[in-house]
Amino acid sequence: MSPIDSTLIHLAFAVLLLPLAGFTLLIFFGKRIPRQDLIETGILFVALAISIYIMVQKVFFIAEPRIDFTFRWLDLGALIGHPGFTIDLGIAIDNITAIMLVVVTLISSLVHLFSLAYMEGDVRYSRYYAYLGFFSFSMLGIVLSNNFLMMYAFWELVGISSYLLIGHWYEKKSASDAGKKAFIVNRIGDVGFFIGIMIVFTQLHTFLFSGVFAGIAEGHLSGPLLTAAGILIFCGAVGKSAQFPLHVWLPDAMEGPTPVSALIHAATMVAAGVYLIARVFPMLTADALTVIAYIGAITAFISATIAIAQNDIKKVLAYSTVSQLGYMVMALGVDAYSAGFFHLVTHAAFKAGLFLGSGSVIYAMHHEQDMRQMGGLRKKMPITYWTFVVFSLSISGIPLTSGFLSKDSILGGSLAYGMLTGNYLIPIIGYSVVFLTAMYMFRLIIMTFHGEPRDVHKYEHAKESPKVMTIPLIVLASLSIFVFYSFNPLNPEKGWFLESVTKPESVVPGYQKYSWDFLQVKLVEKHPGETGVTNSGETFVTTNAYQMELERIHYTGLFLSLALALLGIFTAFLIYDWKKIDAEKLKQRVKPIHTFLYNKWYFDELYGATAVAGTLLLSKSFAWFDAHVIDGIVNGAATLIRLWSRLSGSFDHYVVDGLVNFSAWFTGLLGRGLRKVQTGRVQTYIVFALLGVIVIFYVFKQF
Amino acid sequence: MAVHIGLTQFLVVSAILFSLGLYGVITRKNAIMVLMGIELILNAANINFVAFTRYGAMNISGQVVAVFVIILAAAEAAVLLAIVLNIFQQLNTVNVDEVDNLKN
Amino acid sequence: MNWYDITFYVFAILTVVSAVGVVFSRNIVYAAFSLLFAFFGVAALYVLLSADFLAITQILLYVGGILVLIVFGVMLTTRAQKVEVKRGILSVVPAVLIAGIIAGTLVGVLTTTKWPAANLSPYEETARPIGALLMTNFVLPFELASILLLVALIGAVIIARREKARRA
Repeated sequence: MSPIDSTLIHLAFAVLLLPLAGFTLLIFFGKRIPRQDLIETGILFVALAISIYIMVQKVFFIAEPRIDFTFRWLDLGALIGHPGFTIDLGIAIDNITAIMLVVVTLISSLVHLFSLAYMEGDVRYSRYYAYLGFFSFSMLGIVLSNNFLMMYAFWELVGISSYLLIGHWYEKKSASDAGKKAFIVNRIGDVGFFIGIMIVFTQLHTFLFSGVFAGIAEGHLSGPLLTAAGILIFCGAVGKSAQFPLHVWLPDAMEGPTPVSALIHAATMVAAGVYLIARVFPMLTADALTVIAYIGAITAFISATIAIAQNDIKKVLAYSTVSQLGYMVMALGVDAYSAGFFHLVTHAAFKAGLFLGSGSVIYAMHHEQDMRQMGGLRKKMPITYWTFVVFSLSISGIPLTSGFLSKDSILGGSLAYGMLTGNYLIPIIGYSVVFLTAMYMFRLIIMTFHGEPRDVHKYEHAKESPKVMTIPLIVLASLSIFVFYSFNPLNPEKGWFLESVTKPESVVPGYQKYSWDFLQVKLVEKHPGETGVTNSGETFVTTNAYQMELERIHYTGLFLSLALALLGIFTAFLIYDWKKIDAEKLKQRVKPIHTFLYNKWYFDELYGATAVAGTLLLSKSFAWFDAHVIDGIVNGAATLIRLWSRLSGSFDHYVVDGLVNFSAWFTGLLGRGLRKVQTGRVQTYIVFALLGVIVIFYVFKQF
Repeated sequence: MAVHIGLTQFLVVSAILFSLGLYGVITRKNAIMVLMGIELILNAANINFVAFTRYGAMNISGQVVAVFVIILAAAEAAVLLAIVLNIFQQLNTVNVDEVDNLKN
Repeated sequence: MNWYDITFYVFAILTVVSAVGVVFSRNIVYAAFSLLFAFFGVAALYVLLSADFLAITQILLYVGGILVLIVFGVMLTTRAQKVEVKRGILSVVPAVLIAGIIAGTLVGVLTTTKWPAANLSPYEETARPIGALLMTNFVLPFELASILLLVALIGAVIIARREKARRA
């Protein structure tokens, strides 16, 4: 390890442990330190600075793809004929890790800053900051782990910090319920994740990503089991990233404070699932990736339709988040690896911005979240409004924004995938979601900021938020501009981001790869000179079918998505601003659909009727079984035993007691005689003992 | 004198010491005197060990065992004196025949 | 009779006489001092048996350690005027009997036994082999002995401590 590498590893440890130190400080001494919030915020900014340094070093100056630091944590030795049981742990820094470090610390520090004003005067202010620090620590742990075991541990730690923060206002029943729901739904996914890890470990005897990939490349794990392992690990991502069918927890998680929603439930933790898929990407088979692509597409579509019908500003954003996460998952599924990760990063910036913006609105409206009570805030809150517009343009995929770059890459990838495999459903869903996204985002903007104020009283009191809240908005808005990722506003392929995030080589057996990856291997053999050249938006190594398809449909896809986005915005203006189409009438005409969407496709009811009710039914039947069968057996046994004991009782009384009393009497007689010998003096006993010795000696002398 | 000093002589001395110690242990009432008797017995045993080391086939191991016996004696003396002190504090006597609380 | 024999008899007699003094003295202080001479005698016998290390250990530990402990015990438990030691008359008869029988038996056995002829090796220093044995064959008893000493130390302190709480 070269000096700069080990420096980076040390710095990475510092980044990881700083928030933990802050947490420890706050949780134990929170009440005694003045302005603990500033300490915690400062810590996060220090971590941000270090992260930026790490990222710049790693991405631009270090050629080797991966800096690994591994140590042996557990060694239970090897037996003959058994490979032994060792567990290695450690951290690793590659490009996506370095970028994620910056994303996490950046959003986290901005949220810390934002919360200074938003959470002011809260009852559990210092605890709130402690939990934020703890969350940052856990999230950075996920990002830095180079093995499944640590990742799983930190995975659960972010789960617990999410639970704590959703339930921050636990006096409110809906908040504590939402926390529990998030926790339990996540458990379902995590069970799958755990089984997946165990499959990998039992087959390959290591938790290290590098070791796992090497083992698969050598063919120690392949076929259906490998696909199963991939899908099971993906289950963890389904839970954490709120993918269908486990997406129901994320909208409820909006019961937490809005900055928490921005940090955890929009930018970082929910993206952990996507990060996980990106991490294990080399070991995913074509079948597993297809499943992933479909899950992502379905999620994106369902939640985008729900978002249109919601009235709570945070609920709209929550469903939008789920939808965008679906996009990312879909992108990874269709083999557009770097596009998916790119969208994760850009989405983190603009979605955190959207949440913080909504937080700013909610703050101004005295914790009013219903958009029907808002309106006209544009004049009162210009900074919030304009940053919000930038974020919305970005999420809708309008050129010159970061969202356009990443979203267009995803859509291009899905289109190429559809063309090559015949799964046209995925690009169709992908493009229709573009329209829906643009529409619900501008519906939100129009309802909140345009038109006439509907709640005049609250409108009168609304004013622009303080600087600590607007500065994060401005920072995030500027990060939603294309220049930070690529100098070409229409094509990100030559930007530093996609140059540095290249798709890792798949290690699964050839027949389990996507056909173009399989073919690519042959091509590489023919043209070894072309390997390692990153000349594509989808980061392929050499020209192949996928890449060629991507280039062929690039402009078609681009204009299609742009047209759909503009159409979506136009529709939103048509209905909600210019009122050319009466929203109420429209609602009446499509009433069944609206009700269906408004009630979120009845997922909660469905789960309530099936899973929850099923569990309850099962518990009730167990209870009945307990009460009737088991108790009956127990009672019957008790009656029998009572009978038997009465019998044996009389036997005891007459026969046994008689014997016992006799022996007691006899012993007593003996004791009374022997008692004289027991003087209680040790020396007497010695005399007797020695007498015994002498007697024994002379008795045995004869033999 | 025809008899040359050998194993027997040492063992006889040891036997006499042992018997004297035994007598002391039996007759003495003062606990400390009892302890002295025990020490005599232990010394007798030690003489045996060392004598067998010298004349028998015991090698040097006999002396090692003797070292352990001395260690044991030291530990025993310490504990016994502690007990005696405690009894003296509690009952104001060191005579073993008066310490018969267990009996009643 | 050579010098070795003479020395042996001198110290054997010293040891036995001192032991008699220990057992029969009516004064506990005299008894303690007799014990001192008995220990010295035994040490001398060790020398005659060419056990140099044990002889030194005997003097150091018995005379320097155990005897001092005993004297302390005497001082702490016996009031100055009451140095006389009671001796139960009743126990004398069985004691004499038993001790006599045992002594007679032992001496009889010892003198009648045909001990194998000893091949007396020349004197060698014993400290080194004893140390080596303690660290090899006897390492477990050695460690146990150290634990025993520790336990005895702590136990002695705890037992001898004045328990004020209980008295109060």
